[in-house]
Amino acid sequence: MFEKDELDELRSHKEKWTGKVEMGLEKRPERKKSFNTTSNIPVERLSTPLDIDDQSYQKEIGLPGEYPYTRGVQPTMYRARFWTMRQYAGFATAKETNQRYRYLLEQGQTGLSVAFDLPTQIGYDSDHPLAQGEVGKVGVAIDSIRDMEILFDQIPLDRVSTSMTINAPAAILLAMYIAMAEKQGIAPEKLNGTIQNDVLKEYSARGTYIFPPKPSMRIITNIFEYCSSTIPNWNTISISGYHIREAGSTAVQEVAFTLADGIAYVEAAIEAGLDVDVFAPRLSFFFNSHLDFLEEIAKYRAARRLWAKIMKERFHAKNPRSMMLRFHTQTAGCTLTAQQPENNIVRVAFQAMAAVLGGTQSLHTNSRDEAFALPSQESVQIALRTQQLIAYESGVADTVDPLGGSYYLEKLTSGIEEKAREYINKIDEMGGAPAAIEEGYIQKEIQDSAYRYQKEIDEGKRVVVGMNKFKIEEPPPTGLLRVDPKVREDQISLIETLKKERDSVELGSSMARLKKAAEGKDNLMPPLLEAVKAEATLGEICDLLRKIFGEYQPTTTI
Amino acid sequence: MVNRKIRVLVAKPGLDGHDRGAKIIAYALRDAGMEVIYTGLRQTPEQIVEAAIQEDVDVLGLSILSGAHDYLFPRIHELLKAKEVNDILIIAGGIFPEEDIPKMKAIGISEIFRPGTPTDEIVNYIKSNKPVKS
Repeated sequence: MFEKDELDELRSHKEKWTGKVEMGLEKRPERKKSFNTTSNIPVERLSTPLDIDDQSYQKEIGLPGEYPYTRGVQPTMYRARFWTMRQYAGFATAKETNQRYRYLLEQGQTGLSVAFDLPTQIGYDSDHPLAQGEVGKVGVAIDSIRDMEILFDQIPLDRVSTSMTINAPAAILLAMYIAMAEKQGIAPEKLNGTIQNDVLKEYSARGTYIFPPKPSMRIITNIFEYCSSTIPNWNTISISGYHIREAGSTAVQEVAFTLADGIAYVEAAIEAGLDVDVFAPRLSFFFNSHLDFLEEIAKYRAARRLWAKIMKERFHAKNPRSMMLRFHTQTAGCTLTAQQPENNIVRVAFQAMAAVLGGTQSLHTNSRDEAFALPSQESVQIALRTQQLIAYESGVADTVDPLGGSYYLEKLTSGIEEKAREYINKIDEMGGAPAAIEEGYIQKEIQDSAYRYQKEIDEGKRVVVGMNKFKIEEPPPTGLLRVDPKVREDQISLIETLKKERDSVELGSSMARLKKAAEGKDNLMPPLLEAVKAEATLGEICDLLRKIFGEYQPTTTI
Repeated sequence: MVNRKIRVLVAKPGLDGHDRGAKIIAYALRDAGMEVIYTGLRQTPEQIVEAAIQEDVDVLGLSILSGAHDYLFPRIHELLKAKEVNDILIIAGGIFPEEDIPKMKAIGISEIFRPGTPTDEIVNYIKSNKPVKS
């Protein structure tokens, strides 16, 4: 990238400079013997053109909107439109959550993101014994299409995009969403949104699995196929590193394990006979934004470049959209402290800024009180305002990839790409991500990193402001959100009413067709749509599928 | 029994999938010389109580971040009482609102460790409070 003569001159100049600096270190030592990123990549004192002189600008960095997309997936990025401000929200009943959504939209939020409660995520109705204590706690309880209708009441689904954090039962919730929108008079092709639908990371990091890998992969490829023809603007999966990072991985591991999962989905879909350039443009990703500001920015850029290369070189994609890694970001919940919780507002702001400088397509900013409970409305407002401050006041959205070309950042981007690729090669040798998860390899790598990180905090090698340094005595926080345990009773009575009112003949025949499809090879989406329209509950559908597909038995490695 | 290692059951009650904390605690207690059994995810109160008795543990550590502790902890307490188990030290970690702490202590959970607790604080707590098994 630079003239050879100039590089030679710089090299000898830098040697002299380094000598001089190191002589002064005795008097003025640096804070640490060595500096490292959270992924244990060494951080040099200074980066110069010498650090990136082996990079080809055209091949490795390029221009935004062009392969390999290092600088961003769109040519004009936020000069055209800001990222989608999308706060993950859901608690108690559909009615209460609907009110929160309408509040957030009034406050300038530009997309919705549904948090479901654990019974919904694991395919149990609210009246199931295992749902005791869990209904409406970490998200909204959805038992049937009736709840879905209440959840989106008076929300313009043709203008707002909806992301749903739903994995094992994603096909069922998507069917409910499509059927509910139809009732509102909105055709499937007008719908925009995302289902998370990433079951591999449920096995390795998040825990809301239901079925074993094989039928799970079949459901996922059924969704890819169905959506490409029927609901073309839908993101059929959000391949997620977020939870891998929350479970304790490093930035490099987050990229590697996420892309390895992505490779497994692409392979499964190709195996099922789908054309890569038909389904791959609708794959989307989801990353964490953690504390190490520059490493995070480099991480997004590295992930984009690496995925583009994988799609082009390994899967021979021809459609540029197949090569574009589009992603959502959430700030790191695991970095929030219960001590001096107001500090979390600032942490989140830095993390959000990193996501924007890394070119995210949408963003959730966490709330200050999440080390205690689900966020209160006031806390969510501050979190949303943080995004609006970055967008409207900071100026960083006015030029594309403003940190591109920084010697340090470009070097770190390449470093993360290289180390992630090493992991991916290793996972390939093990037979791909599903095999590596089956062996417990990915889980072990994540938990080892988590323990290392914790030990650094315990030993004071890693400072957490307000927690292991700069501590104060403080009163417990007030004004926390609390979900009424009565929510379960309310949901149960809704289920009872539904079971009395629905047409049992229609229900029976739709469930029979679903059973036949599940036992055979037909796409599950059309019979699922019929079943949810006949008001089958989520639990009933999942129970039927559990009988046919079986249940996943986790590998626990401690 | 001379120098029997302290036996700990680290358990994840309910449907919560957040097990970073549980696994870190399991590692830390093991490094501190204790014998640790980790239940894995999605354990019912019945399964946890059964495992605690079967494994003859000194300590039961409950980890939960989903907010379902308000149902699950009293249920575990009830089952232990029904089985007349009273020589197990019960501790808990996770995300809990302040006002729930006294309720948890009232049902026999000796200590509640919230986000930001150094692992050695938990190790020391167990060492100085473990029940003497007959």
